[in-house]
Amino acid sequence: MRRLLSGNEAMALGAHHAGLRVAAAYPGTPSTEILENLAKMEDIYVEWSTNEKVAMEVAMGASYGGVRAMAIMKHVGLNVAADPFFAASVTGIRGGLVVISCDDPGMHSSQNEQDNRHFARFAKVPMLEPSNSQEAYDLMPWAFQISEEFDTPVLFRSTTRISHCKTVADVKEAPDIERKRPEFIRDPHKFVMVPSNARPRHPLMEERIQKLSSYVETFPLNEVILQDRSLGIVSSGAAYQYAREVFRDASFLKLVTTYPLPQNLIRRFALDVRRILVVEELDPFIEDSLKAMGLTVMGKEVVPIIGELNPQILEERAAIAGLIPKPAAMYAVKKAVRDLPLRPPLLCPGCPHAATSYALRRLGFYHTQPEEETPSGRRAIARKRQGIIATSDIGCYTLAVYPPLLALDTCACMGASIGQAHGLEKAGVTNRIVSVIGDSTFLHSGITSLVNAVYNEGRGTTIILDNGTTAMTGHQGHPGTGLSARGETAPKVVIEDLVRGIGVRDVNVVNAFDLQAIEETIKRCVETAEPSVIIVRGACPLHVRGKGQPMVIDLAQCDQCFNCLRVGCQAITREGNEIHIDSTLCVGDRCAVCSQVCHRKAIRVQQK
Amino acid sequence: MKKTDILMTGVGGQGVILASDALAEIAMKAGYDVKKSDSLGMSQRGGSVVSHLRLGRQVFSPMIREGEADFLLAFERLEGARWANYLHQGSVAIVNDLAIPPLSVVGGASAYPGTAEVEEILHRYTDRLFIIPGTRIAQELGNPQVLNVLLVGFLSAFLDIDEKSYLDDLSQRVPQKVLQLNLRAFARGREEALARTQGK
Repeated sequence: MRRLLSGNEAMALGAHHAGLRVAAAYPGTPSTEILENLAKMEDIYVEWSTNEKVAMEVAMGASYGGVRAMAIMKHVGLNVAADPFFAASVTGIRGGLVVISCDDPGMHSSQNEQDNRHFARFAKVPMLEPSNSQEAYDLMPWAFQISEEFDTPVLFRSTTRISHCKTVADVKEAPDIERKRPEFIRDPHKFVMVPSNARPRHPLMEERIQKLSSYVETFPLNEVILQDRSLGIVSSGAAYQYAREVFRDASFLKLVTTYPLPQNLIRRFALDVRRILVVEELDPFIEDSLKAMGLTVMGKEVVPIIGELNPQILEERAAIAGLIPKPAAMYAVKKAVRDLPLRPPLLCPGCPHAATSYALRRLGFYHTQPEEETPSGRRAIARKRQGIIATSDIGCYTLAVYPPLLALDTCACMGASIGQAHGLEKAGVTNRIVSVIGDSTFLHSGITSLVNAVYNEGRGTTIILDNGTTAMTGHQGHPGTGLSARGETAPKVVIEDLVRGIGVRDVNVVNAFDLQAIEETIKRCVETAEPSVIIVRGACPLHVRGKGQPMVIDLAQCDQCFNCLRVGCQAITREGNEIHIDSTLCVGDRCAVCSQVCHRKAIRVQQK
Repeated sequence: MKKTDILMTGVGGQGVILASDALAEIAMKAGYDVKKSDSLGMSQRGGSVVSHLRLGRQVFSPMIREGEADFLLAFERLEGARWANYLHQGSVAIVNDLAIPPLSVVGGASAYPGTAEVEEILHRYTDRLFIIPGTRIAQELGNPQVLNVLLVGFLSAFLDIDEKSYLDDLSQRVPQKVLQLNLRAFARGREEALARTQGK
């Protein structure tokens, strides 16, 4: 059956057809849709785990129980899950265990563009990489089979363009595999990794990679295409498709088994072509291996190491290197197009993070001192004097770093805000410090940092922005929502009870659309000598839909202070000196933050 | 199966992705190899959205190169001008005459290009430019949300896919109660294109 599938849909379908029984994930772009699609299929247990480490451990446990299992995450999620991932490599598996990592070259929606292929070599596990949806589907049964045959987890590596691009795939109608029955067979030598049991496992891991090296030599989805022999391209993943587009006549070795590599196959290909170019996104992962094999290859001197690749960049760089004729017109960003105003990402109209961000900008006033040098030698952009420092976390609220909100001072990785705030405080920085973290992120990896702050006598204020969902990735459930991955009712963790249980005594719950209450609570909490939590609660307007009575502006009252524009609401625009409120975008009096910042009371709820 | 590269652009919330999803499906059923790639950025609402849709006998890259797009379907003026350099002489640019000023414009940091300026930028790349009052027509039809169907209707007049394929897809895709409205929007878009290209 021919279907137009995204890579994520194809991976989900492939896993289902390969007899997957348990899937655990934490949402993260570009991986989220895999579990969402699995949740639509029958007979698979799916869950949003609290974080990627837990997801990995759940999948490990299921595998130990003899069934095929999967853990799914974005690239940085594998950092969180690294500990159990490495442990699974040591113990090996029972039921097939596949770990999907969706990398994000170009950082479309991530804080870095780490190349997770290194994790395969690092943890000594085999890796498969599809280059389109057909391969994403076809490789999945192989992944489980390799896992079981070689007693190892398998890393299944995708990237944004594989996961999110839709391509045509020929797929089966239904699974045609007998699924394994769950059964745990006790084997402490395999599953209890005390040092005396772990030591004998290491030789087995090395032996496993040796065996896999032979196995991949004849792997049917690696493909040699011999055309013009003067140039041979070795490539994988999305980069392979770009290379096919740019080097129409060249010979190709497409690899889907990128760790371990089929060395003999590569050597034979090297004999067939005059010179080799490795085309890969991000790091020289394949290139370095080929060089270690003693082959002379071109790679990163042609293909950029930074950012997402595309056919245009590849064509330009190949032309500069003299590998292909120069295209008729070399690309350059045309001035007329470059000068157009950008459209930076924004909070949505009615966003429950807007009022808190607005308050934080006001409380965190800046002193701009461009002449001052920082220790790193670079000029300081701004120096905060008395203002509040706001450490932030990963979520929609991070968008408040952009103008006009300019509310945040740090953002590193999931759960980092609370620990960073504690560190700033212990360093002796005299500003008041708040950490800003969403409900899902707090439950993901904020809890232990708050425990730390209580134990180590921090006095920081933690603002938990509770919009009742995992908003940025598209409204997935989490333990605080009371909804399961299948959208069914689930037990609910009450955040205020949780933080009181940790030992925080000063716990406040504030309405996310009450600017004055938010600002006053922050002001009070940052002055106390003990740790405090402010739960700012309000539903995401894209999750809980519905409009209130619309807001309107009385232009006769407006004195053009433009304070309302500083809320950063897309529904509020300015033409000349006139403010307009777009009633189709405005969510109305369920938000009304704009009316609270208007000192002339010119913005009001429209009377019925 | 002629190679056809279509760039669809707009602002988050306008239905660009829905439209390109539908068109991709229609093209696949019509026998094309299809690849489609969306760039959404981080914001759910209000950010720039671009969808690359490539049709042909065999398509490798899911992304269109600069100067290679055969069609630009822009749901908003600024997002039409922004991708002008993806066009080549002979490309068809279809731009919905709607302005959604970004916040940098609202705050006064930069200026929103006027219709004439957008036209001028696009004309540097192609002569076949259609600026259409899509949002106004959609409103007249009864719902601005059918803009995407209307624009696909307009584009359909240039593509080598028979009309029935679009109508079949619409019948499956949209709920029964709004089907008639959507069919009218499609027909209206298609008529608009045929009226404007006749005699040219």
